[in-house]
Amino acid sequence: MTDTTPTGATPEPRRRAPHFVSQEPWDPYVADKLTAEQERYYMAGQWKLMWWRFRRHKPAVVSLAFLLLMYFSTLISEFIAPYDLHTRHTRYIFAAPQSVHLFHEGSFLGPFVYGLKMERDPATLQRVYSPDKTKPQQLRFFCLGESYEFWGLIEGSFHFVCPPKDGTFFLLGTDRLGRDMFSRIVYAARISLTIGIIGIALSFALALILGGLAGYYGGWIDSVVQRITEIIKSFPHLPLWLALSAALPVTWSPLLVYFGITIILALLDWPGLGRAVRSKLLSLREEDYAAAAQMMGAKPARIIGRHLLPGFMSHLIASATLSIPSMILAETALSFLGLGLRPPITSWGVLLNEATDINVVAVNWWLMLPVVPVILVILAYQFMGDGMRDAADPYA
Amino acid sequence: MKDLLRVEDLTVEFGVHEGVLRAVDKVSFSIPPGGTVALVGESGSGKSVCSQAIMGLLPRTATISSGSILFQDPRVDEGVVDIARIDRSGPAMRRIRGGQISIIFQEPMTSLSALHTVGDQIGEAVELHGARPGGPLGGQAGRKLSRAEIDALTVDMLRMVGFPDPKRALRTYPFELSGGLRQRAMIAMALVCRPALLIADEPTTALDVTIQAQILRLMKDLQSELGMALLMITHDLGVVANVADDVVVMYRGKVVESGDLHDIFRDPQHPYLKALLHAVPRFDMKPGERLQPIREIKGTTGHLLKEKPVSAPTETFNPDAPVLKVRHVTKTFRIRKADTLMEQLMGGGTTRAIRAVNDVSFDVMRGECLGLVGESGCGKTTLSKMLMRGISADAGQGGRVVFDDWGRKIDVMSLEGADLNRFRTKLQFIFQDPFGSLNPRMTVYDILVEPLVIHGIGDDAYRREMVAELMEMVGLDRRHLSRYPHSFSGGQRQRIGIARALALRPDMVICDEPVSALDVSIQAQILNLLKDLQKQLGLTYLFISHNLAVVDYIADRIAVMCAGRLVELAPAGELFRNPMHPYTKALLSAVPMPDPDARLDLGALMEGKASDPSVWPEPFRDDGKTPLFWTEAEPGHYVRVSRPNGREVV
Repeated sequence: MTDTTPTGATPEPRRRAPHFVSQEPWDPYVADKLTAEQERYYMAGQWKLMWWRFRRHKPAVVSLAFLLLMYFSTLISEFIAPYDLHTRHTRYIFAAPQSVHLFHEGSFLGPFVYGLKMERDPATLQRVYSPDKTKPQQLRFFCLGESYEFWGLIEGSFHFVCPPKDGTFFLLGTDRLGRDMFSRIVYAARISLTIGIIGIALSFALALILGGLAGYYGGWIDSVVQRITEIIKSFPHLPLWLALSAALPVTWSPLLVYFGITIILALLDWPGLGRAVRSKLLSLREEDYAAAAQMMGAKPARIIGRHLLPGFMSHLIASATLSIPSMILAETALSFLGLGLRPPITSWGVLLNEATDINVVAVNWWLMLPVVPVILVILAYQFMGDGMRDAADPYA
Repeated sequence: MKDLLRVEDLTVEFGVHEGVLRAVDKVSFSIPPGGTVALVGESGSGKSVCSQAIMGLLPRTATISSGSILFQDPRVDEGVVDIARIDRSGPAMRRIRGGQISIIFQEPMTSLSALHTVGDQIGEAVELHGARPGGPLGGQAGRKLSRAEIDALTVDMLRMVGFPDPKRALRTYPFELSGGLRQRAMIAMALVCRPALLIADEPTTALDVTIQAQILRLMKDLQSELGMALLMITHDLGVVANVADDVVVMYRGKVVESGDLHDIFRDPQHPYLKALLHAVPRFDMKPGERLQPIREIKGTTGHLLKEKPVSAPTETFNPDAPVLKVRHVTKTFRIRKADTLMEQLMGGGTTRAIRAVNDVSFDVMRGECLGLVGESGCGKTTLSKMLMRGISADAGQGGRVVFDDWGRKIDVMSLEGADLNRFRTKLQFIFQDPFGSLNPRMTVYDILVEPLVIHGIGDDAYRREMVAELMEMVGLDRRHLSRYPHSFSGGQRQRIGIARALALRPDMVICDEPVSALDVSIQAQILNLLKDLQKQLGLTYLFISHNLAVVDYIADRIAVMCAGRLVELAPAGELFRNPMHPYTKALLSAVPMPDPDARLDLGALMEGKASDPSVWPEPFRDDGKTPLFWTEAEPGHYVRVSRPNGREVV
């Protein structure tokens, strides 16, 4: 040291600090008393704590409500859609969306639409639809309209909204065969929303089994599973999907193709979740309470079931939620490319398949509308997954 | 202002979910230039929040709602700065932080960045703050320094904190250093800018006693050399008595008593401080003297617990025979480095053997408490896990563990299946960490009833009653059985852990550092509870701890372990009166006592060599070549030496 002279020290003798004693009353047991709020918190279990945490995440709660609404709608698609999935209106090919009005010439009429007048553009020969402002056609609600088979089982014709008598109601326009886009989007939600859930259930099962084996047994099993994971993860996904779905026999019924596609998606999706399972299991296995159970004489099944599984279930559900969007997107992408689901099974991706021709889309922009529910659902899943992930470990 | 730092009526509040939490409540104290003030308190007392407020490091949710923190560095004439009033992230605060006031944290393992060399991390502070006023390199204060100047300053600093080869240390990464050296590097980082005030937040809590003593000595030396003031934040009254000039005692955010070190220890006035001083185990306690915890547990043992033990004694039962005999137990860990898939599958790669427990033999007598003392990494936890059959011992080394189940001899190492399960009811375990050892997703009832369910003991009604009795046995309310562990404090959780260990009514319990994660006053509570339960239920303990004073309080005999081997074993009083082994002596001399007149003899420390068997003096030296023997030097007093001057055992 070149410099050892204390620069800050005072040479004078230290002042003796005054002896201060607090005179406030002192109760050693004050820490033991609980408020009602604390009492409520202390009696709460894991799921309740998680729900309280989740509730604080406002976008997540809104997203959850939105998704519940969407899924509920798939249960009653027939009731919501004014037309059937396949009803064709040959007089209204590529009809533009009809907007809903409330006032006609200054007077209140309730929800109604104007009838459509079709003209041919003499130069391009394109159909041009314009509202016929003279004839307001009133919409009917909770009405009897087109008949359908509810879930293919029960005959019915009760709808939330029906087109006016002798009129049409194309809220989002029609496609090249004159089918109502709105009805088709409503029906397609059934497929698009469930393919994510079913796919994730499959990949969840795969992840639990393979990740669980790797995490619990370790050793060479772990090595093999890890390497498979890496190989799958390093494959470019799109070509692989294409190859696998092209391998599905053309002779399969559309329903079989639907399940084939979910299985393909699940097979390619599990590695991420599998890793989450493995790492969580590895870390939880080291927890003292797992060791305590072992030293009490608990068998592996009990240790896994009672101590390890509850510990990472919430995390898994959160990460599964976050991977549903990628499933939906994957299906949409495949179907868009014409390699996924095939008509008559209709998903949002299949609908978008109609929008592959830029010339058609440029004129008939409403063919792109199925993108809107896709975006909304994906966003909702992301927000909800975020909230769930934050809430997943209430003891952190 | 004559003081370097004056805290006046400081109040810090946190916005939390339930409202506003007052963490620090009208706290006042002052630090003279070059002086040492200790801020003492248990967890939740607000002492760390005070230090954060001084450093301007309070979290975003915290606000200083009143009071001031006046700071004046006598070396620069900037006048008095009120840290409570300036922007926490502004340039003024940045100039003070790290330059004029520095902090060292508790955890040397995580306080250093793993990605930068020690030299870079220490040099960074100088790089940011520039030359210090009137510093060795001269020039204007704050002048940017060149790389060579920074390196020179850093090497200088590393030499001061005792790095054996400072030039080389410049280029080492933290993972290459031991805990003690990392803490030295932390200190070097804090001091390289020559701050006027160093805040040490529990700087030695994570360290072993011998290392702790070295670090305390180093801090004292550096303080007098650099003339800085020291604010020591700690819960350990022993550390306080050894370093402080003034003491400030905090409880739940308030200062309950403050004053000169001698006033505080000789003439404590406040009931909290008095109670705290009575709660610390000391070496000079009279036999049978009880610690007085601040809150005593009023436990009751119900009739189910008092019922006859599960096993009836056989005819050959000898109550004087040891309940647990451990002979020549060895555990080697092989660390395999297998990088490729091929190596992992085929078992290739390179292996390195580490002998965690090396030929250990001892007896635990029925009804006694055997203390097992050693520093971190000495193998004591590995040993306990082997006894619990959590890890298997090395085979083929002739190691044997025999448990005496009231006359029936159980060979613990060879138990399998149902026999092993039955043995689990005889020997139970209490964990160190009260937070990790209880499953947060189960209610207390489920936690306590689990051992009974696993072993199929009793019907529903019996289990319900038994669990309630267990709860009351450890002084907790039976109405709280439906709560979850997160609603209990550390001490209460540890009591639940104890209740769970006793649910199967074992004959023997291994306690692995059961109080080292707890506050002093809670520690006394748990120690007394363990003592009472031992008497009431006739238990035998193997009590593992790194804290000699704690072991001295609870154990009848003490075994000292170092580097995988037992080095000394003696009755508690005898060991403290007449320690023979140099390691035991080093341990004893390194424990700071809460008595300002019995300060550590810091000069007598074996500079970090105490736990290295190859540098112990003859005849204790263990170089791996000279044969050493486990020798009874005096009746009941065993020690490991090279020349057997007594009778060799086992």
